[in-house]
Amino acid sequence: MTGPKGISRRTVIKGALAGAATGIAGFPFISYGQSDVIRVGHLTPRTGFLGPLGEFAVQAMDMAVAEINAGGGVLGRKIELLKEDSVNPQTATTKAERMVERDRVACLVGEISSASGLAISQVAERTRTLFINTGCNSDELRGKGCKKYMFHIESQNSMYVKTCGRSLLQDGMVKGRKWFSLTADYAFGHDLLRVAKRFMEANGGQFAADKLVPTDATDFSPLLLEIRSAKPDLVISNLAGNQITNFIKQYVEFGLDYPVAGFGFDTALAWAAGKGNFLGTWPLVWHHMIQTPASQKFVADFRKRYNRPPENQAWGDYNAMKLIAQAMVETKSTDSTKLVEHFEKGAKFPLMKTRDGYFRKADHQMMHEMYAVKALAPQAQKNDYDLFTSSGPIPGPNEPLEIIAATAEENECRMA
Amino acid sequence: MLFLQHILNGLLAGSYYLLIALGLSLIFSLGGIVNLAHGAFYAIGAYLAVTIGQRLGFTAAAFISPVAVGLLGVAVERLLLRRFYKADPSLSLLVTFGLAMVIEQALRMIYGSPPLSWQIPLQLRGQVVLGDFFYPKYRTLLLAVAAACVAGLWFLLRRTPFGRVVRAGVQNPDMVGALGISLEPYMAAIAFLGIGLAGLAGVMLAPIFTIHPAMGAEIITSAFVVVVIGGLGSFWGVVIAALIVGVTKGMVTALGFPQYSEAAIYLLMLLVLLVRPRGLLGERIVRFE
Repeated sequence: MTGPKGISRRTVIKGALAGAATGIAGFPFISYGQSDVIRVGHLTPRTGFLGPLGEFAVQAMDMAVAEINAGGGVLGRKIELLKEDSVNPQTATTKAERMVERDRVACLVGEISSASGLAISQVAERTRTLFINTGCNSDELRGKGCKKYMFHIESQNSMYVKTCGRSLLQDGMVKGRKWFSLTADYAFGHDLLRVAKRFMEANGGQFAADKLVPTDATDFSPLLLEIRSAKPDLVISNLAGNQITNFIKQYVEFGLDYPVAGFGFDTALAWAAGKGNFLGTWPLVWHHMIQTPASQKFVADFRKRYNRPPENQAWGDYNAMKLIAQAMVETKSTDSTKLVEHFEKGAKFPLMKTRDGYFRKADHQMMHEMYAVKALAPQAQKNDYDLFTSSGPIPGPNEPLEIIAATAEENECRMA
Repeated sequence: MLFLQHILNGLLAGSYYLLIALGLSLIFSLGGIVNLAHGAFYAIGAYLAVTIGQRLGFTAAAFISPVAVGLLGVAVERLLLRRFYKADPSLSLLVTFGLAMVIEQALRMIYGSPPLSWQIPLQLRGQVVLGDFFYPKYRTLLLAVAAACVAGLWFLLRRTPFGRVVRAGVQNPDMVGALGISLEPYMAAIAFLGIGLAGLAGVMLAPIFTIHPAMGAEIITSAFVVVVIGGLGSFWGVVIAALIVGVTKGMVTALGFPQYSEAAIYLLMLLVLLVRPRGLLGERIVRFE
């Protein structure tokens, strides 16, 4: 929908000429007219069912870039942000190619849909351009689909499952318990279900039922009747996006009182379910009530700028941009290959949490703390945003960060 | 027993397809406009319900929002749709499709992309339990509202002078004109009713569905399936089709295949069209043949 900002016609013509020139000369990586800005390409869904999260991503990127430039930029150069709606895998591919080949971006950041993320990673790998995934969860992107030039600040499904799973184990909701699971019927949901099932079976739980839900279904009433008659010990959501909000709203409407937990979640969905309605136990990669000074400063700055607290998707894109800037300064380079090397050496990054995070070399997954949140009782939900209480960081202070991530056996990555 | 409950639930679920599909069918039958922006008006209805409801409460929102959406519909009819009554139908498809996109993006610009929260008012929460049967109070209200709309529209179209002119206009607008009756105010009234119904559906469904800018696009296809199965322009056809679609979705879930519940209604549409190309109760409308 929106066009690239800040690209003059001249740049386009120059880009086209340069493109033609490389074609003729046959130098795939010709470096022409090194400009005095560092361009960063941001791609994320801004329309469609992931659009609500994409809006937080874009706002957070804008804020991160504004802060970096206000502080003098990176290596004495300003960051110039190119932003596009990634729409779907085909469009994402076209736009990623254009950003890399015509606009000469130093790196790509963003995405929420795992399918589009995979498409962008293929462009990134082919053009040897760094891509930081800020919102795709599927394990497959870190396993079969893993790439040398792709890094994940977003947690993988396994981390989400094991984070929420800890809370369920503590509450005695797994061993010998019957789960009624609802799964979004597309790639992300299937990937999440696979991981969830592995966790459940390893810990002695079993399915009362296991249902797939079409992504375009809005009415959950037939499934709620099924849940009511199955009398499960726990209702598990492997749903995605607006589905989760629809499900929670109608679950409350039907007055069912089996405990609910989910393995994929975003704070905006809790806010959409609303005060007095939100329920269940859910995993989050970050949320606005984390009491570290950096988190609270981020929340305050974001609130001041956009008049609402940031969502976990905002955390992902903001920190991705900040860690790229940090890595560029540390390596004194904007070269993707150098940045990849730097990340693989285990560079540490402050992520507004109690411990620094680092990208695991084997699959480029960010190793960092996560949180399990529980909805407050309806009467205790006092304002529109602070609807839950949070666990402390998971893993705890004395555990290695890798403990919640998929093991090499669970999700093998072979990078070319 | 569960199976029976699924059938009953399906019939009730049909009521909200009905609310949306009725208006769609109404506007098509009189003006021949396939209104792809119908879903967008439904979305406006939901957003207005939240905006008004936050200040004046649910009941006020339930009355004001559909009227406001209906008036917006009249404006759209006067400024836009009326130019396309005699044009190639593909033009009205394009213009309403464009309008849907404009409205969706406008909602995104005004309210932002993240969904709004809006809930069932306290007095309407809870469930009705009758032996083994059980149903949320709110959906029972939904059914009552849909039934009232069906009854009201039927009376208006079949038992009043207004309805006689509209029905004559559906069959032969030129003859109605030759008799000295201007259809213009009737068109405006039908736009008010049809689009207002979309707004009403938005208000009624906002507490149980997610309110987001693309919510119109989410329901418009189901609504079309209902209208096509029922027969374009057929009043009772739409009512019956809505119930059948509701029951079909419930049945498919009850049989253990919830993943095919959305696809099933398209299969149903295919089967109906193979046997009855004009839909279940579709009448022969000369000017559309």
